[in-house]
Amino acid sequence: MNANAHIEARAAEWLARKDRPDWSPVQEREFKDWLAESTAHRVAYLRLDSTWERAGRLAVLRGSTNENDEPAAHLINWPFWAKAAASLAVLALAGSAYVYLQTKSPAEHRYATEIGARKTLALSDGSKVELNTDTAIRVAMTGNRRTVWLDRGEAYFQVVHDPAHPFVVHAGGRTVTDLGTKFSVRHDSDRFEVVVEDGSVRVAGATTRPLTETRGDVLMARGKSVLVKHETDDQLANDLSWRLGVLVFDQTALSDAAEEFNRYNQQKLVLADAAAAKIRIGGSFEAGNVEAFVRLLETGFGVRVTRKGADIIISS
Amino acid sequence: MSESELDAWFIREVLPLEAALMRYLRRNWREEGDLADLRQDVYVRVYDAARQGIPKQAKPFVFSTARNLLIDLVRRSRVISIETVADLELSNVSTEEVSPEQQVIARAELRQLQAALDRLPPRCREVVVMRKIDGISQREVAFRLGIAEDTVEKHVAKGARMLADILLGGELEGGHRRSSGYSRKADTDER
Repeated sequence: MNANAHIEARAAEWLARKDRPDWSPVQEREFKDWLAESTAHRVAYLRLDSTWERAGRLAVLRGSTNENDEPAAHLINWPFWAKAAASLAVLALAGSAYVYLQTKSPAEHRYATEIGARKTLALSDGSKVELNTDTAIRVAMTGNRRTVWLDRGEAYFQVVHDPAHPFVVHAGGRTVTDLGTKFSVRHDSDRFEVVVEDGSVRVAGATTRPLTETRGDVLMARGKSVLVKHETDDQLANDLSWRLGVLVFDQTALSDAAEEFNRYNQQKLVLADAAAAKIRIGGSFEAGNVEAFVRLLETGFGVRVTRKGADIIISS
Repeated sequence: MSESELDAWFIREVLPLEAALMRYLRRNWREEGDLADLRQDVYVRVYDAARQGIPKQAKPFVFSTARNLLIDLVRRSRVISIETVADLELSNVSTEEVSPEQQVIARAELRQLQAALDRLPPRCREVVVMRKIDGISQREVAFRLGIAEDTVEKHVAKGARMLADILLGGELEGGHRRSSGYSRKADTDER
């Protein structure tokens, strides 16, 4: 009696396909034909579609807070739940909707990149966010705050400064608050780094007292240890070269360089011995081109390269 | 009568009975794995019969259809004892069934919807919330999550099936797991 599961799977496929932007009259015809083939098709589809539509009703109650459509100023005057209440159909539910929605976070919008990918986002307030490889963030632009959670990875922020509506990045237990700025934040397991390209930010949670970092400052934290250093414009540019898809090394240990490359590639570099790990290298490299990097190592430093599965093993 | 009128009647009057129907089928048929198929067979018979004329009362009609289907199956399977058939013939539509609320109580439904969403696997839930609740287009969801549009579609298909089972089949009330599988393919995209 497996025919039913098969029919339900097809019905679900049709339901999902109808959402495509390129849904055509030809497909509509094919869909109608499939429905007409048998009542079993029809009732299976009705069953899925009716609950799918019910789920859509939550949308009215949560209000539309897609930050790509709503300017932040608009949201400030219209807290999202009040906006929903303005719709007649849910007027009577305004109270319960508010209570319900309080327990769930308001419209968090999620963005992510795969390994080796980069992405630029324009936020509704005019700010820009660039995501580096293997990064996941959530954004909420509601009420009178602009919040980003950097769940993992690295992102560069160009913030339209607005003291009335603070722009805050949360990473692990720390926060980076914009004070009129261009800056990047990196957060992976126990690593936390902030590079300030312009303006200043306040960093809280990394040290006992919040620090204000300004242009050229770099804060690096590993576990509980925090280091703050000041960099020249050239060094800053190198730190942020990933925005152009380039990695820059200057007297960098090969072990560190390999670790960096591995963020951007499925093919991982593995160093076989301590001597190889200590080799110092310099130069600019395309982040996505592991092969070119490895070839340069072979010719430039005479290392030996072998492959094992998806890994590239380097030995001195 | 038009097909869309039939559809509307089916969604409004028949689907809300699914939880009670499943309880009935479960009580009267040994094989857990057959229940979804039986349910769909009942729906087909009900819908086809309604083409000739929509029954005045959906509930007794659905349950007598279910009972007749079970009797037919038992007879055909020849694995019967006289007692089984007699039991089915005698069984009334149970009056202990709580009649489904005609009025939707929006707050309870909201909670139910949220509970159902919470049961979805994480990446599937993300996609369903973004598509259905936030109203973000398929292309935009693919872009934001860094996945292919095909993958978004697979998650929508899987989410739609799971939501239907949870919301209609009453799986929230101490549920019985489906034994027939959802597509495993979408799972490989879970992070």
